[in-house]
Amino acid sequence: MTTIADPRTIDMRTDAQASQWRLTWRAFRRHRLAVVSLVIVLLFYVVGAFAEFFAPFDPETTSSRHIYHPPQAIHFIDWQADGSWSIRPHVESMVVKRDPISLSATYEADPARKIYLSLFGQGQPYTMWGIFQADRHLLAAADPADRFYLLGTDRLGRDVLSRVIHGSRVSMSIGLLGVSISLVIGVLLGGISGYYGGFVDTAVQRVVELILSLPTIPIWLGLSAALPQEWSPLTRYFAITVILSLIGWTELARVVRGRFLSLRMEDFVIAARLDGGSQGRVIFRHMLPSMASHIIASVTLAIPAMIIAETALSFIGLGLTPPIISWGVLLKEAQNIRSIAQAPWLFAPGVAVCIAVLALNFLGDGLRDAADPYSNEKQ
Amino acid sequence: MSNGNNASATPILEIKDLVTEFATSRGSFRAVDGISLKLYRGKTLCVVGESGSGKSVTARSILQIVDAPGRIMQGQINFNAYRGSDRVVDLAKLDPRGKTIRDIRGRDIAMIFQEPMSSLSPVHTIGDQVGEVIRLHDKVSKKQAREQAVELLRKVEIKNPESAVDRYPFEFSGGMRQRAMIAMALACNPSILIADEPTTALDVTIQAEVLALIKSLQASSDMSVLFITHDMGVVAEIADEIAVMRYGKVVEQGDAFSLFGNPQHPYTQGLLKSVRELDQPSPRRIELRRRRPRGEACLVSEKVRKEFPIPGGLFGRGKSTLVAVDDASIELRAGENLGIVGESGSGKTTLGRCLQRIYSVSDGNIRYRDHDNKMIDLATLSDRELRQPWRDIRMVFQDPFASLNPRMTVGQIIAEPLVTERRLNAAAIDTRVAELLELVGLPASAASRYPHAFSGGQRQRISIARAIAPNPKIIIADEATSALDVSIRTQVLDLLLDLQERLDLSFILISHDISVIRYFCDRIAVMYRGRIVETGPTEEVCATPSHDYTRALLSAVPIPDPTRRGTVTRVRYTGEA
Repeated sequence: MTTIADPRTIDMRTDAQASQWRLTWRAFRRHRLAVVSLVIVLLFYVVGAFAEFFAPFDPETTSSRHIYHPPQAIHFIDWQADGSWSIRPHVESMVVKRDPISLSATYEADPARKIYLSLFGQGQPYTMWGIFQADRHLLAAADPADRFYLLGTDRLGRDVLSRVIHGSRVSMSIGLLGVSISLVIGVLLGGISGYYGGFVDTAVQRVVELILSLPTIPIWLGLSAALPQEWSPLTRYFAITVILSLIGWTELARVVRGRFLSLRMEDFVIAARLDGGSQGRVIFRHMLPSMASHIIASVTLAIPAMIIAETALSFIGLGLTPPIISWGVLLKEAQNIRSIAQAPWLFAPGVAVCIAVLALNFLGDGLRDAADPYSNEKQ
Repeated sequence: MSNGNNASATPILEIKDLVTEFATSRGSFRAVDGISLKLYRGKTLCVVGESGSGKSVTARSILQIVDAPGRIMQGQINFNAYRGSDRVVDLAKLDPRGKTIRDIRGRDIAMIFQEPMSSLSPVHTIGDQVGEVIRLHDKVSKKQAREQAVELLRKVEIKNPESAVDRYPFEFSGGMRQRAMIAMALACNPSILIADEPTTALDVTIQAEVLALIKSLQASSDMSVLFITHDMGVVAEIADEIAVMRYGKVVEQGDAFSLFGNPQHPYTQGLLKSVRELDQPSPRRIELRRRRPRGEACLVSEKVRKEFPIPGGLFGRGKSTLVAVDDASIELRAGENLGIVGESGSGKTTLGRCLQRIYSVSDGNIRYRDHDNKMIDLATLSDRELRQPWRDIRMVFQDPFASLNPRMTVGQIIAEPLVTERRLNAAAIDTRVAELLELVGLPASAASRYPHAFSGGQRQRISIARAIAPNPKIIIADEATSALDVSIRTQVLDLLLDLQERLDLSFILISHDISVIRYFCDRIAVMYRGRIVETGPTEEVCATPSHDYTRALLSAVPIPDPTRRGTVTRVRYTGEA
């Protein structure tokens, strides 16, 4: 725009000093759905990290009196018998009625008995991250002996809400952990392939194509069936993660290679070489920062694939197994016709999977669009 | 010019107070700000301006094809020859997707664009695409359309139109594609042709041919042409009327001769001055050479050859090769400026990159005089051994947008060669960066900003600051001024001359633009298809070229003076180098 203007006048706009990250963030904020998704995803991870605090009960505590207990709604206005009222959150207690002929159990509300709830109340004691003891929960019954079920219970009378919350820890983290392993493999192999080109590139690309051509489900099945049964749940968890990421790195490797190939001949990269930068400096100081946003976007899009893969594996019974709680393990419980007919709330983990995966996908899309703040400027 | 006297008094197209705005997040931006233009039958109106002046948006507004956030806000575009009648249609009031404007586009007003490849569909033959335009507006059979297409291709001087009609755009060269685009535009005998920088992407020899074609077609069919360009030479070549645009406004308009002869507005005066300056050797350089004679050879290439493998086969092992540079021998002496001129694909950029050893060399030697006054051969050195030569031979790139890392501040970019040198500490580097910014005419506060805050010319200054940071001896500038507007071009070239005097530099300037070379270089090497066809002192080569190609190249360069129109006889070069 400036033509014969004095070359000393430089642009004084506010974003003249804005770094790439600031510009990316500005572009990202315009993407409403992605911002909402970011909040949801963060919420899932926070809840997963502090599962013991957010879950009302221990996920393993059974209650024989509350088998297939339906969900209870929270009431806020507390009506007294004399007609007066106050704001006090509570749920109505339910009692089992047994049909004298079919002997089937049905739950009926018992308006006479109310279970009052309190925020940050005392509940079952737990050990946070195996470090310290605590007994505060986000939501607890005023009387610690009482139990309430916002999402019902399963066949052993365990609280489904608490189990979903604990499941989110494993399911969400397996995505993150798995993707970080694929990230390392993908960036390393994709980077080598793209930077050196030639024979190395050809070799790596043929390996990627080979892995992509393998049907994933039989491979997962084969690998997870090969895990020794006597392994502890934690070892199994890591083994499953490694299996998932060994398949999942290929897409990332392709993204990184593509960026390297296009960046390698960019003028500013050649300039960096001529400036006397070592190979490492050219790659890490000049090329990788230009790719970081793209990598973050593809990583975000890879996490939901991992989550779904874990859920699928556990659902067939070859992934994680109880006592580990993950969404896939929980869904396995909902595999029979009885749960569909009698206890549809057992599908709650499925809803959680849907929300998490959708949110991560929208977030990834938003990040990808915002990744290159300079893409519009060039036109 | 041939029918200048019988032009009707009423303009065929009249633009009144046109305003086109683009809605952005920071409020609306006025790309076209109340301009008024008149285009007469059979005449050529040139809209000339530098980048961002709104000339292209004006052209697009006429056909209502402004890109997405852009909208015509007010004004009239009166078109007086709708379907050959005298009915007046205000194009600005029409629905951009309505039937009326669609009928006008292509039939009454046709448009050709800068980049013919992106305007042609790669999956259809040229004949199909020309035929489709005909069939969109006239009810003719496919066979008739094909015959008309062949006729049109003949009209735009495409050789063997009967076979060319069945070929695909990628089989055509750039000039042929632009001819095919013109054939498409002429398919329905439009009364107005809008040409938006139609020759900017073409080599100068092909540009001359396309301009001659447009002129002859206009004369034979009494068509009006609205010609958008930034090149004053082209304007002088073809314009009847000229409108000079700046910042969305018309600063001056008038007929070609009076505008070139006696420009009124200071902007036009400045523009013409910088164009004319570039047409002759820089007085500064001549004066400098008198004071400081050239030294001995400091960078010499001997029979350099560069081949690129063409990939193919199962594992990418190519069998065939492309020879980009063949048998190139040049010599740069200390304190002189050597120009390498050539058209696209002539191998001049490859040669520059070979000299600097960004590319490895297939054959030949590159001898460079190092600090101990010893000639060393760069061709055989490894990247590690090239570190010191790379500090002495620096590069300024063509694209000021791509050559600066957008993720680093200007200070970091300029400091990069100093940081890797590891001789100065952080504070000393900061001082040096401020000093370098001062040298290239930028304020020290620029260091903390990112490249996107700067204009093209300023970015090129940053690029130059980075190049001179490690105290080099030689700078290779690859089309360093091509992406810049003409008024900034001289500023940057003068800056380079200034630095030459202060820092004792030698330059190799690679360019397709002979006027830049003439201004800046003492000696010139002309490249054609990978070979150097002629070398010699610039003035000598420009005045008495010895090779046929050089003669053709020089005769094709448009002269920014309408009174000298038609005085140069065009020479065509068809032979092999």
